[in-house]
Amino acid sequence: MGRYVVRRLLQMIPVFIGSTFIIFMMMYALPGDPVRALWGERAPDEAQMAAIKADLGLDDPILLQYWNYLVGLVQGDFGTQIQSRREVIDVISDALPATLRLTALAFLITAVVGIGLGLLAGLRAGKKTDRGILFLSLLLISVPVFVIGYLYQTYPGVKWGWITPTVRDSENWGELLLPALALASLSLAYVMRLTRSTIVENRRADYMRTARAKGLPQRRVVGNHLLRNSLIPVVTFLGVDLGNLMAGAIVTEGIFNINGIGRTVYEALNAREGATVVGVVSFIIIVYLVIALLVDLLYAVLDPRIRYA
Amino acid sequence: MPEARATIGKKEAVPSGGGAVPAAVAVDAGPAPGKPRSLWSDAWHDLRRKPSFVIPALIILLLLVVAAFPGWFTSVSPRAADLTNNYLREPELTHFFSPEWLGYNQQGQSIWARMLYGTRASIVIGVAVTVLVTVLGSLVGMLAGYFGGWVDALLSRVIDIFLGIPFLLGAMVILVSFDTRTEWTVTFALAFLGWTTVARVMRGSVISIKQSDYVAAARSLGAGTSRILLRHVLPNAMAPVIVVAMIALGGYITAEAVLSFLGIGLSEPSISWGGDINRAQGQIRIAEHILLYPSILLSITILSFLMLGDAVRDALDPKLR
Amino acid sequence: MRGARSAKWVASAIVVALAATACGGGDDDGGDGGSDGAAGNPDGIVRIDGGEPQNPLIPMNTNEALGGLVIDNLFSKLLDFDDEGQIFMVAAESVEPNEDNSVWTVTLKEGWTFHDGTPVTAESYVNAWNWAANVTNNQNGSFWFQDIVGYEDVHPEEGEPTADAMSGLQAVDETTFTIELTDPVPYYDYKLGYSTFTPLPESFYEDPEAFGESPVGNGPYSFVEWNHGESIELTRYEEYAGEDAAQNGGIHIQAYDGLEAAYTDLQSGNLDIIRQVGPRDLPLYQQDLGEDRTVAQPYNGTQTITPAWYNWEDTPPEVLQGVSMAIDRETITQTVLNGSRTPADSFVPPGVYGYEAGASGDITTFDPERARQLVEENGGIPGDRITIQYNADGGHREWVEAVCNSIIETLDVECVGDSKVDFDTDLEAREANEVESMYRGGWLADYPLNVNFLKELYASYAHSNYGRFDNAEVDELFAEGDRAATLDEAVALYQEAEQLLWQEMPSIPLWYQNVNAGWGPNVENVRFDTAGVPVLNEVTVNE
Repeated sequence: MGRYVVRRLLQMIPVFIGSTFIIFMMMYALPGDPVRALWGERAPDEAQMAAIKADLGLDDPILLQYWNYLVGLVQGDFGTQIQSRREVIDVISDALPATLRLTALAFLITAVVGIGLGLLAGLRAGKKTDRGILFLSLLLISVPVFVIGYLYQTYPGVKWGWITPTVRDSENWGELLLPALALASLSLAYVMRLTRSTIVENRRADYMRTARAKGLPQRRVVGNHLLRNSLIPVVTFLGVDLGNLMAGAIVTEGIFNINGIGRTVYEALNAREGATVVGVVSFIIIVYLVIALLVDLLYAVLDPRIRYA
Repeated sequence: MPEARATIGKKEAVPSGGGAVPAAVAVDAGPAPGKPRSLWSDAWHDLRRKPSFVIPALIILLLLVVAAFPGWFTSVSPRAADLTNNYLREPELTHFFSPEWLGYNQQGQSIWARMLYGTRASIVIGVAVTVLVTVLGSLVGMLAGYFGGWVDALLSRVIDIFLGIPFLLGAMVILVSFDTRTEWTVTFALAFLGWTTVARVMRGSVISIKQSDYVAAARSLGAGTSRILLRHVLPNAMAPVIVVAMIALGGYITAEAVLSFLGIGLSEPSISWGGDINRAQGQIRIAEHILLYPSILLSITILSFLMLGDAVRDALDPKLR
Repeated sequence: MRGARSAKWVASAIVVALAATACGGGDDDGGDGGSDGAAGNPDGIVRIDGGEPQNPLIPMNTNEALGGLVIDNLFSKLLDFDDEGQIFMVAAESVEPNEDNSVWTVTLKEGWTFHDGTPVTAESYVNAWNWAANVTNNQNGSFWFQDIVGYEDVHPEEGEPTADAMSGLQAVDETTFTIELTDPVPYYDYKLGYSTFTPLPESFYEDPEAFGESPVGNGPYSFVEWNHGESIELTRYEEYAGEDAAQNGGIHIQAYDGLEAAYTDLQSGNLDIIRQVGPRDLPLYQQDLGEDRTVAQPYNGTQTITPAWYNWEDTPPEVLQGVSMAIDRETITQTVLNGSRTPADSFVPPGVYGYEAGASGDITTFDPERARQLVEENGGIPGDRITIQYNADGGHREWVEAVCNSIIETLDVECVGDSKVDFDTDLEAREANEVESMYRGGWLADYPLNVNFLKELYASYAHSNYGRFDNAEVDELFAEGDRAATLDEAVALYQEAEQLLWQEMPSIPLWYQNVNAGWGPNVENVRFDTAGVPVLNEVTVNE
């Protein structure tokens, strides 16, 4: 087990370097010079421009810049913003809590509602409930997230006044509920469908027949055998989806005015703050890789057939 | 578990740890290898009778016709603007298919005409990305799956690298660097980041087929690698890939709409639903119809592709019958 | 808002409202019951929308509106401008030129202190300006000091500075200092109304970086805290010596990502003032909030479409007059722009000294027939095709489309928007002379004088003259204006130049920017100045 984890961690290194390298290069290739932008429509001050570039290392060759960036990352240095001169790590850690809370809530909704409805549909496969839930899931996938976001904001928020339409205080879970619902809708639909199909598949499995034949009560059959086995792919999906929820928060955070990672990265992208964009992406990649590892380890817990050497 | 693979920007997580992939999971990806002809004809036989296939298929057919010949359905140019007379004019729902049918937008342009002409962008992007992703993904997946060893190790790492890049964010970074973003720019950006999903499905399904008797038989008869790949492996491995690709198509259309909503989708003078929805936000309080009708059409289109993909998957996957 | 130059003369201005209540006193001033006439809560906090400042909060480094909103309330400038663009003094007692306008003497008011209690002296100004002008300190606003003798020594074009201080800047005594200019400028006091020309306390030099996170100013409000990306808190400075002391307890600046989110909060009572209503709510905001709680007035900003003359070389200016008359400004501002602009009738907006109503004659009036005639008789538009280059991140697409549609309709030529991803890319194309046909020009006043809207844009040597308009006669009139003995003469000469510009058409003015703002029932006395900035110190809070 320990050796497996070590090997996986080592495998992460090239993946991490590759992904960050691609994003770094893409940011570098963008038109627009963020240092020049400091002067707006005025004539830029050549002397100051050169000084700032030298200070931030922006005049180095691109590969050297990337190398320096990596070396910095290893030491926990995410670089400095060009405009505000703030440490990128500070910018990220300011924005992170709100996104983490939003993601956690969306994740909870996805898992509980998604698995619940999926289980219901799977057990009633072919019946009206099943078709209703399937259609609901299709609807959630078909309506783009920004339309859903506006609907939530307009009706329960503005027109009916149930909840504040924008998030004023990102530590208030009640205010985060609407954005979390909007953010969760797509994943929710996928989890529903995934749970349903694995349940349908596994319902006919031999071990189910055996369990029933043994005379186990329905509750235990479903809870212990069916659900446990069906959850494996769902857990996989949920795990990886966590990282996606974070990236997907760009739209939701914009609509509901949440000061999170999504908004930060959107603004940084528009301002050509390369270090910030690459920093956020690196962070999401790390989250993604670590969760992928955890999910694999979880496999062993859920599925006794899998053993990692 | 084809569902998970069908998602766009949602990466399914078959453990990425190369050799340690539990065989059960990988094998699960494809339908049981059997006689291909009968599988496809069986599926077709099945599908023809199912309304959940026929209805979306007809809608999609209609959309394809509209995309190809929008001029057949309206005489008005989608660009003709008359602010003085038509600014935000209300829909007249009884005037079926006339220019004023669904009202006018904030530039005094017919919404009906713009929806018709906008179909092309969504359909072209959806279809083109799907085709590109399928071709590229299948190729990489097949090579990795069939040859195994260091080829697989290398290609799997490449797949992992692309999987690590968040889909929407990555697409944004790519698209921001273009001043003019046509259908092909957006297609390129989405395909560049999206091919990994197909590659993984393909790899899994090739691995299982490779071990089958008929491949072994072909090999022992002295068939060359390319012949085995093209004649035996590919046709059998395509089923799950096609299912994934069809369901993904709707997702690519959504992705274009979301990018346009963020203001980095198609640029002028392209006409697209996502772009029009983006523009409609300014008038959402006084003229909901500008936002409403393109949104409905967009959702119906995505829904149709999803349902079609669902139906095809059910037909191809005997286990779910 | 990014990159846009912002003019923001501080929230201060005419203090008519306060005169009666005699609130000027610096001493006990009375947080409680001070303003006897006005009911309400004198310690109430005004909540206004804002966003994350792009730069550290140092006045000389702030060149955008979000940082400006904070700086304007933390720092008092030497002088400020009223709604006609006339000067009145704030921190200065007087600002006087010598006979040839080459040496300006600033006398400060007595008894002013920084928020840390230290006195504001002539040295506080001289040292701060020397620091900010120094090339090694990389301040965005350093170019503001380039008129001063000795600027090249502290800010050479290349290499290290050869001096610590500009020789043209001399503190005479505690409250007096002189500014010597390399060339006479009859309107130099107008430039001093920019927030770069503020003082810094001694403590600043110990750690400028820390100061940028927690600034200490001389204005009506002192700094409390900055929650990055969320909010900035200011509180009333009780020892404030100026006449524009705060009539409320402080300011809470809430960061918003979009104008819509801020508006929604205003409606639900979570915000008191919104500086600009977003497009979504523009059609209905006066109805939503009540007309007496909204304002729609032009501020000192213009929008133009400007031909790139290197691609219009052989086209006579009459063609551009024709294009100008082909644009239905009235209809577009009322429909597509929902009243967020006022049709222009001059190169200069109305809140600026030197503005003359109707300066354009009939060139900015929609007249399709005359437009067609002018264009056709003078050889037509090059290639029968106009493109309007604009930045996609500035909310210009709607009106560019509408202007194009208007041109297509009237002149029967091709016209499309040419969108650049963002303002930087737009600017890069302009600087490199790569504009295909026309570009969207926008200008916000640095100081409310017609000079600023004419010389900076249409002098052949002006940096922001991206259309590369080059007319010797115009240049000469500008130069004459700069040599004028008095301000009024300078303004009159520039007005003469403007008349010439209408014959030469260096660009087509479209409209003035409007501030469309609103406020909630909990605040009163909300006013916006001609820079479009709310005068926050005058606001009173009800509860």
